[in-house]
Amino acid sequence: MSPARTVHDRGRPRRLTRSLPRIIGLVLAALLAPLAVIAFASPASAETCFAGTADKGCISGTIRTEKDVVPGVDVHVTGPNGFDEVATSDDAGKWSVTVLEPGDYTAELDQETLPKGTAVTGDEGKVTVTIASLTQGKAVTFGVRTGDYSAAVTTTDRVIKSIFSGLRLGLLLALASIGLSLIYGTTGLSNFAHAEQVTMGGMLGYIVVNKWGVNVWLGCLLVVAFCAFTGYFQDRVVWQPLRRRGLGLAQMMIVTIGLSLALQYVYQYFVGAATVKIVVSDPTPHKVGPIVYNALDLMAMVISIVMIALVGYALLRTRIGRATRAVSDNPALASASGIDVDRVIRLVWTVSAALAGLSGILYSLVIQHGMKWDSGLQILLLLFAAVTLGGLGTAFGALVGALVIGLIVELAPVLGAPGDLKYASALLILILLLLVRPQGLLGRAERVG
Amino acid sequence: MSTVSESIPTPDQAQAGDTAAGVYDPNDPQGPPPQRRAMIAAAIFIGYFVVILLVAKFAPGTVGVIARGMLRESLSAQTAAVAIAIIGLNVHFGYTGLLNMGQSGFMLLGAYGFSISIWKGLPMPVGILVGFLAAFVFALILGVPTLKLRGDYLAIVTISAAEILRYVGRLAKLENFTGAAQGIPGSQYRDPFVNLSFFGDGTFDAGGWLPNLQSTGVNGWWVRFVAWLLVALCCVIVFLLARSPWGRLLRGIREDEDAIRSLGKNVFAIKMQALVIGGLFGALGGMVYILPSSMQPDAMGRNLTFFCWTALLLGGAATVFGPVIGAILFFALRVFIQGTAGAIVPDSIMNLSQTAQFAWICVGITLMLLVIFRPQGILGDKRELRFNV
Repeated sequence: MSPARTVHDRGRPRRLTRSLPRIIGLVLAALLAPLAVIAFASPASAETCFAGTADKGCISGTIRTEKDVVPGVDVHVTGPNGFDEVATSDDAGKWSVTVLEPGDYTAELDQETLPKGTAVTGDEGKVTVTIASLTQGKAVTFGVRTGDYSAAVTTTDRVIKSIFSGLRLGLLLALASIGLSLIYGTTGLSNFAHAEQVTMGGMLGYIVVNKWGVNVWLGCLLVVAFCAFTGYFQDRVVWQPLRRRGLGLAQMMIVTIGLSLALQYVYQYFVGAATVKIVVSDPTPHKVGPIVYNALDLMAMVISIVMIALVGYALLRTRIGRATRAVSDNPALASASGIDVDRVIRLVWTVSAALAGLSGILYSLVIQHGMKWDSGLQILLLLFAAVTLGGLGTAFGALVGALVIGLIVELAPVLGAPGDLKYASALLILILLLLVRPQGLLGRAERVG
Repeated sequence: MSTVSESIPTPDQAQAGDTAAGVYDPNDPQGPPPQRRAMIAAAIFIGYFVVILLVAKFAPGTVGVIARGMLRESLSAQTAAVAIAIIGLNVHFGYTGLLNMGQSGFMLLGAYGFSISIWKGLPMPVGILVGFLAAFVFALILGVPTLKLRGDYLAIVTISAAEILRYVGRLAKLENFTGAAQGIPGSQYRDPFVNLSFFGDGTFDAGGWLPNLQSTGVNGWWVRFVAWLLVALCCVIVFLLARSPWGRLLRGIREDEDAIRSLGKNVFAIKMQALVIGGLFGALGGMVYILPSSMQPDAMGRNLTFFCWTALLLGGAATVFGPVIGAILFFALRVFIQGTAGAIVPDSIMNLSQTAQFAWICVGITLMLLVIFRPQGILGDKRELRFNV
């Protein structure tokens, strides 16, 4: 790093500052627009509960075979204190019962009511769920198959399926890694606490949507706004003063490590060691070829693409974006030509934290295994792999890198990597790449050391 | 890369400066000179143990319980093991300026090499060699792609590689080889070491002053004695290395790599040697770490590396005794915070598991504050920690 990284200019270029709120507004509006459309597009039916409220818990599910939903099937739910109720699946295959007290409940599918040609697989017709607190809705899945179902899936199908989930993961990673890359570009700092910002989005999303029962879209907006504020606040209170003190980048990096450690245990302190996942209604899966997806997957991907496109547009076409790229390129020169470097960096921190928070919410909405207090570790390694792969400090490199890493992670198990090694495969590629092309895919070939 | 042309503070120069100045000024931002530093280290050691021994022996109630916990933790073999790993990290970061974020990976390899070899029936010396060899190869693999690049590449690659190792060790398919996520029980590899003991049977508590533990046993005085003996040995090795011409080269690389390169030295090779040597210390630490417990891959994850960093910066990087003081104080302070929080804050606000998490939160914040306000830690020299990578 050149010492110029720490140069701070006190000048305030007026035109630039005027366009700043416009950009923030633009970004937020873009975030709002798709959310609003969906919020109104999918009204929940009156009788079906799904998330549970303070005094009414909910057990729900959708009866479906691998082909289609099955209406008119009875589900018998028994529970503590003689709780005994029967629910029937509606035209969309959905059923639900409202429960008034926590405890263990057993849901059993009435096999007599299944239509001809369908059957329960194995013992998957009886499921016991534990309602720990009423606000937490529980989804029950029964295994129902048609007679001609066969479990064999061709490798091609698995590959296509993995490519879909790889793209989904890649887009989520891209949201977070663009921020990481922008922070690196403008300040030279490798932020080890960035993945904790992602976890923060997931954890807060869970608390706001599932514990407080706020509408999911409104909840997302609240959480993203709060995450953006944490980014702003961090730079205001920690990073800017440290830059002013002239603290070295290696030292600052260790500060981010301390922050990441503290944040992790803050999450464990408040949420506990359990895995959390934002549970909204039981979305209907659709099937195109071998790919099974639901509305949430699509929404997450669309939101990611829109946000990434917006950031890209802002970077390329707006004054503030040009200023950001100028600061990335050469802070001293940018400062000398009248750009308020501190203001740009502040904006970068704010937007990066917001994007990371959004990525976290979407992650805990669509990724099957949800999020844990220490999920940040796995995510951080993938983010670093993505950012380094694309070229440290290049925003578009981060996008490409994230997509590649997402695909590698999801394709690795199909190609024979067992278990958690799918994460390792991405890191292995990172190490190999450093040997041949240390500046990354889109990085400029320059001396990096 | 710091372009500020500061003189490289070799011990010789520092000593010359001190004799010229006559007396040491405690307010000098440059920190104490080396001889003085050793005396401060000794004073802290003796002072800490005298206070904690007296409180543990005589204080009634909760204060006594907390002090006894701190004493137990300060003497524990695992604290010694982490101290050895930190001595290795000190060679990386303190002397050479390498940002190794994967010290737990070196520990894991040392521990796996040691425990698997003995489990599969090889003699103990071979197990130790296998552990060292694994760490050696690991250092080479990490160093080749990264040591020519900027420092944060090494950080990213080491933290990634350490995690890969842990994932591989946890693989269910390797259960017959690594014991998968459950790891290897201590009884499978501990016996050759315990059998070496000449401490005899029975228990020992020095007339009630020390915790009452078995003289030999699984986690008794024997393993503690050997562990702290190894710590002392490692300190001597690092002391000799650091004052050798090679040690001066390390510090030269830390301060200004280009200057050393222009002197005709092979910077890449010297960095690689430092990475290997620090990694071997890490492997030794890993072997000691599993002796009193069992070989569990998850015990040596990312967080252990971060604890090593916090303890190193607490004690003082680029000093001989900093890692040892840092390790002892780090683990004792954690017990102190957890015990105090448990005793003072009522259960309704903070339950038992939350006090543990609270202590970890404090660790993270301590790490941040240390780097910001006192990068030289307790013993270090501020001048030596101003470098950038």
